[in-house]
Amino acid sequence: MTPLLQVADLSKFYGNRIGCADVAFDLYPGEVMGIVGESGSGKSTLLNCLAGHLPPDTGSVGFHMRDGEMRDTVTMSEPERRMLGRTDWAFVHQHARDGLRMNVSAGGNVGERLMAVGARHYGDIRGAAVDWLGRVEIAEDRIDDRPRQFSGGMQQRLQIARNLVTGPRLVFMDEPTGGLDVSVQARLLDLLRGLVREMGLSAIIVTHDLAVVRLLADRLMVMKDGYVVETGLTDQVLDDPQHAYTQLLVSSVLQV
Amino acid sequence: MFRVENVAKSFVLHNQGSAVIPVMEGASLDVAAGECVALVGASGAGKSTLMRMIYGNYTVASGSIFVDDVDVASAPPRDILALRRHTLGYVSQFLRVVPRVPTLDVVAEPLLAVGVDPAAAEARARDLLAQLNIPERLWSLSPTTFSGGEQQRVNIARGFAHDYPAMLLDEPTASLDAKNRAVVLDLIEGAKARGAALVGIFHDAEARGAVCDREVDVSAFTPGVAA
Repeated sequence: MTPLLQVADLSKFYGNRIGCADVAFDLYPGEVMGIVGESGSGKSTLLNCLAGHLPPDTGSVGFHMRDGEMRDTVTMSEPERRMLGRTDWAFVHQHARDGLRMNVSAGGNVGERLMAVGARHYGDIRGAAVDWLGRVEIAEDRIDDRPRQFSGGMQQRLQIARNLVTGPRLVFMDEPTGGLDVSVQARLLDLLRGLVREMGLSAIIVTHDLAVVRLLADRLMVMKDGYVVETGLTDQVLDDPQHAYTQLLVSSVLQV
Repeated sequence: MFRVENVAKSFVLHNQGSAVIPVMEGASLDVAAGECVALVGASGAGKSTLMRMIYGNYTVASGSIFVDDVDVASAPPRDILALRRHTLGYVSQFLRVVPRVPTLDVVAEPLLAVGVDPAAAEARARDLLAQLNIPERLWSLSPTTFSGGEQQRVNIARGFAHDYPAMLLDEPTASLDAKNRAVVLDLIEGAKARGAALVGIFHDAEARGAVCDREVDVSAFTPGVAA
């Protein structure tokens, strides 16, 4: 099987400071990878470099295109990268307002991404929007409301619907459950797991919540000071951590 | 089906004075299809450690652990994930699930993961839950609020949903009453009859005697105790 994403020698510097350095990994179709580490460890920098939001200083990010070709998304042209961002990639922001258009209705938020890839039939677009709102458990009668009239958890679910409506193959998530209360988190986790299984999605999830990665991620990458210090199966990294920092991280979790 | 060869393992506690604790040395074990082997030995001898290494949950310092034709000790994560999905089942003592997911879905999930039709998966889940005497009125509820024994039975139902060719059982009969213990022993016999290889930890000597073909004392693999 060909990897969906092939990352090699990826580094990003902010002046003399290291954002992330020497990152390399392969992600296969259907795999969910978690990236954990404390604030400032470089996990969001890495995610933004992978998703084309930040230009890395060195390295390559190969993506297996639908035509079967492996293309380096770092060196491809901006229009091509933007096209990927609208079709095969999705990005779920920590703050839903960064990923939603707050002055456009819920239905419009979902429909806009479809229109960006060429959908023009109003009935079809509205139908797809209703379908997706249902999948993320937003009642159909809220379709004409604006996101600012939604609760935080609903906004986050709307953001997920907006991102997944075009059938992406790779989803980047930055703290998708951050800032949500635990009962809403649980529902979102279940939703994400179901979507990953049904749609065969691959995903990269940045979080500092070890319980979230245990339930969602197949593989785990632990970052500290911009470097990847440990990788492996999620349960193996959490239950038998090898690196000093990972041991500290795992043993620092409060037991409920 | 299982072939463990000369496995060693130690824990290094970096944040506690870099203490190195050797826990296993020269562990070897062969289990054929249709066979059930019990791991025995005093508490702390390394029964669970060995089992976790076979599952890929703990890293292995040296040696090899073949399950089917995959060396768990050296295989990349995605090969181990595929092995766990299709070949290697694990019934642990602790139920770990996404909160608020109904029991029926928890039990059916391993079947959905290998592509079984959702209706067939649900039918199998219903059948197992009924066999294990979980009242039907609980099936639509999340198991997180169930009693210890009920959670354990949900875990067993989930573990036996898919017909894995290789299975690891960590205290499958602990905290069960006689009636439910008999059901679990039947499930184990059924798995053996269809040719599955099983490795288990059973503190319950009677259960062990009923289903296990032989015992392996892991004290022999404990550094400093053996030899």
